[in-house]
Formats: sequence, structure tokens, C-alpha cells
Amino acid sequence: MEMKHEDYYILEDQVSIPYENAYGLTWTRFFEGLKSEKIFGSRCGKCNRVLVPMRSYCPRCFIEIDDTIEVSQEGAIVAWVLTEYEYFGMPTKPPFIGALIRLDGTDCEFVHLVGGIDLSNPDQVRKTVKNGMKVRAVWKEEKKGHILDIKYFEPVK
Amino acid sequence: MGRPVAILGSGQTVHGRRFDVSYPELVKEAVDAVFETTGISPADIDGVVFGTMPSMMEGVALTHFYFADVLRSVGKPILKTETCGSTGVSLAITGYYWIASGMADLVLVVGSEKMHEGDAQATMTTVLEPFYQRFFISGAPGVFSMQSQGWTVRFGIPEDKIRAAATKLSIDHHHDAFDNPYAHIKKRLTEDEVNNARIITYPVRLWDVCPTSDGACAMLFASEKAAKKLGKKVAWVKGVGYSGDEYWFGDSDKAEWQCAISASRQAYEMAGIKNPRKELDVAEVYNPFTFQELLFYECFGFCGFGEACDLTLKGVFGRDGELPISPSGGVLCTNPIGATGLNRVAEAALQVTGQAGAHQIPGAKTSLAHAMGGVVQFNGVMILGSEK
Ligand SMILES: [Zn+2]
Repeated sequence: MEMKHEDYYILEDQVSIPYENAYGLTWTRFFEGLKSEKIFGSRCGKCNRVLVPMRSYCPRCFIEIDDTIEVSQEGAIVAWVLTEYEYFGMPTKPPFIGALIRLDGTDCEFVHLVGGIDLSNPDQVRKTVKNGMKVRAVWKEEKKGHILDIKYFEPVK
Repeated sequence: MGRPVAILGSGQTVHGRRFDVSYPELVKEAVDAVFETTGISPADIDGVVFGTMPSMMEGVALTHFYFADVLRSVGKPILKTETCGSTGVSLAITGYYWIASGMADLVLVVGSEKMHEGDAQATMTTVLEPFYQRFFISGAPGVFSMQSQGWTVRFGIPEDKIRAAATKLSIDHHHDAFDNPYAHIKKRLTEDEVNNARIITYPVRLWDVCPTSDGACAMLFASEKAAKKLGKKVAWVKGVGYSGDEYWFGDSDKAEWQCAISASRQAYEMAGIKNPRKELDVAEVYNPFTFQELLFYECFGFCGFGEACDLTLKGVFGRDGELPISPSGGVLCTNPIGATGLNRVAEAALQVTGQAGAHQIPGAKTSLAHAMGGVVQFNGVMILGSEK
């Protein structure tokens, strides 16, 4: 049913609330690591999986983790998507490639951007970016202890 | 196992851009319809189950308080169930539990969404924590496209083959929607139109993606005693399954999606189904994205992994095929998210009671309803039958 918008009164409203989200100790360490161009993960003492970003507990074994290790800044693409549309408050502006990346020596996928390539032609992107492709972290000049201190992961030549 | 549970009927609203009604009036439309269809009096219900997407969708929190009147819940217990996209099937399962437990004989179950009042993708992004994943998961199209991309490569499906299968699904569902009086988008599409439509999240294009819809769905779940009293043909809940993954997107396998596999197997086991493609007469699969729909066929055991595209192109899952999928046009044509999963259950119930009208699958006796949600995290499945 397509009604005409202008036939009815519409109240324009916006809810905006400031938040202060606590990182906790483990993630404070992880994001501090990004400031010095290090990616930290956690090794579970029971299942031996290396999880990244850092965890304070293993989500499968439910034991606390205190084994922090610096993980590789290189890995392979497991899945990816080129985003071409935008919505309100979108924190990353299109076009961009979001990807699941298995960093070398880790046991889960790290979610981040793939960049350093021309994104203007989707068909060209499709020919360039492949699952299994090796990628490497590229850091921003100025780092704030934020996940986007890593600018993106670029293909390893 | 609890007591037998029946579905007495459903009420769906007309879907679309519903500026003609306020949000409570939209919910009222569905609630009034289910009481009118079944002839049940609102005074006879023991309680209400209600659910939607996160409050950010319409900018009003805990809308079951706002809707207390139109839900006919005053003086009665009300439960809120909320599991993102899978909310609708979670609502149905909550209603089922309530009756099966013996604690109620008649329960009103309602889901709704008025998506044109807000920004759906902005809302869904708030499902993600603000430290890490929110920056990379571009709303529902982004995350589900990434999932199907990984699946395509895992099983070595050529790009032109998945494109062809997705195009067939898009054309068929949009065409099927003409037979569903409640469907939002009804369209006759050509292959060229689908293949060359605007890119949303490559390779997913406009006609591979569901619309945003305003709508509500209401259903009545009842004990055997209440169903007998009604004296009309009812649907029976034969099996339920619900399963979720760990929170972090990168922690579990999304190509062979474990929670989709396990939710369906829980429901099959309870319903005594061994070969779903043979034993189900129709399935309402939660299909907001054509590419992802194919993955569900495999996770639900309708076929083996890597086979969905070929079988789809052969017509196995079409309206006249071995197992018709989403003859209502499905989520691809109508998606008021908090109601969408319940619409699947409502459609599955219409099918096994022979009341689906122009999109009735002749002689349907066993049907499946499904919904999925979260950041590729949850799946719910319900099996309905025409006999207890
Ligand atoms: Zn562990």
C-alpha cells in the first residue's frame, strides 16, 4: 500500500544520548597495543586457541585467560564484501571492503577493512580480491588506541 | 515434551509505507484481524507475547507498554521476546512454551515493526558493540553478503552460477508475491533487470535484497482443549528448534552455519522428520537476501552442501517443485522485521490448514517456518502439521 507521505502529519524526532562505554582491563591493554602498532591476542590455557582481539576468558572453555601474545600482522582473507551503500551514522564511509581475516598463528577471524586498492570498479575489485589472499596491516600515522589505528589490511605483493 | 499446542489463526496487516496509521494503530490492525478471523474473544486470552527489533528502530523504548491497550493485555501477563531478525520465530516459540507448559490455554502472540519511521541499517548497526565490530559490518546486507561470499568460495560455486540461482529466486519470489494479499513488493522482473540493478554490497544487487516494510502479525496459540472448543481446522506445532552462535563474528563458522544446522535438527527430531525435502510439503525460509537463502537450503538439509544453486536452477524449490520455498514471496518481498518471522509461522499455518488462498500448495500437511537474526548469530525453526 503506497500512501502519500504528505497526506499525514509526521513528527520529526531524534534521540541522541551520550554514552561512556568501559573497555575493562583486557581491552584497555589491547587498544593500548594498537597505539604502539602491536596486535595482541590471548591464548586459552585449555583449548590452546589463540583469539584476537584479546579476551579475558575463553568463550568455549569458560576459563580465565592471562596469556597475552603479540600476533602476526599478516594473514589471509576468509570472506569479504564490498559495501556500496550508506546509512545514517555509518561509522565507515563507502565504498569499503569489510573482511574476515585469519591472522597467521591465530584460531579465529579478525574483522577489519581491506584497502590499498582501487575500489571504483566493483568488477575489477572482484578480480583483484580473492579468498585466501595474503594481506598485511597498514597503520595510520596518528594513533589513538582505536580499532581504526589500523588503516586497513593491504594485499601482500 | 509438553502438552500439544495448536495455532488457531493469524492476522497480518497490509504491508508497505504505512503513514496512514500510527504505530499502535498498525499493531491493532493485526490483533483485531486474528480475533475476527478466529471468532475468539480477547477476554478469553490468558496472556500476551510481544516482540520487535531494538527500540532504536522507531525511537520508542519498550513498545509493549505503549501497545498495552491494542494488545488487549490490560490485567494480563505480558512477555517481551526480542532476538533481532529471529524475533518472530522466538515469539512463536515463547507462545508454544507457555501453552505446552500447561500454564496457559490461550495466548496472543504479536510481532511488529514500523521501519519507515527510522533507519533500519543504522538501528541494526547498534546491535554491535562500539569498540570493534561496528566499524566493519555494514548493516544487514554487509554481514549476510560476507557470509554468503565465504560460503560460495568454500564450496567452489562459480560466480555466474550463484548469480543465476539468485536471479531465479528474485524473479520467482517477486512474482509469487502477487498471490499474497499481504505482500509489500510485487513485481515482474527480467533477468537483465535483476543482474544489472544497483549494487548494494557487491555482488548483491537491489533485487537481491528485501525492502523495509511497516507491518504487524498476530497469532493465537492454544491448548488442545481450547482448540477443540473452537471446532475449526487448526495447525499443530510438531517441532521447535532454536540455536545461537558465540557473539564474535569471527569466532565461528558461518559458511556451514552451525546454529542453522542445529536449530533445524532440533525441530526435525521433535517432529520425527528424517528427510526434510521429502517430508516437508512447503517451507517458509527467512530469505531477506537471495544469496543467503541458498545457504539455508543446505544448512537445513534440503540438499547437500554445494548443491543448492543447481537444484534451484532445476526448479526443485519452486512453486511446482519437490519442496516449494516461500510461496508467499517471503521476506524478499515483505520485511517488517519484528513481525517477519511470525509472518513465516502464520504462512506455514495457513498452508497446513488449506487457507493460503492463491498461493496454497495443494494438499500441504507439513510445513516449516524459519527466522534468523543477529550479526549472523541466531536461528529459529518451527515445524507445523495438519494433524496433532
Ligand atoms: Zn578455550
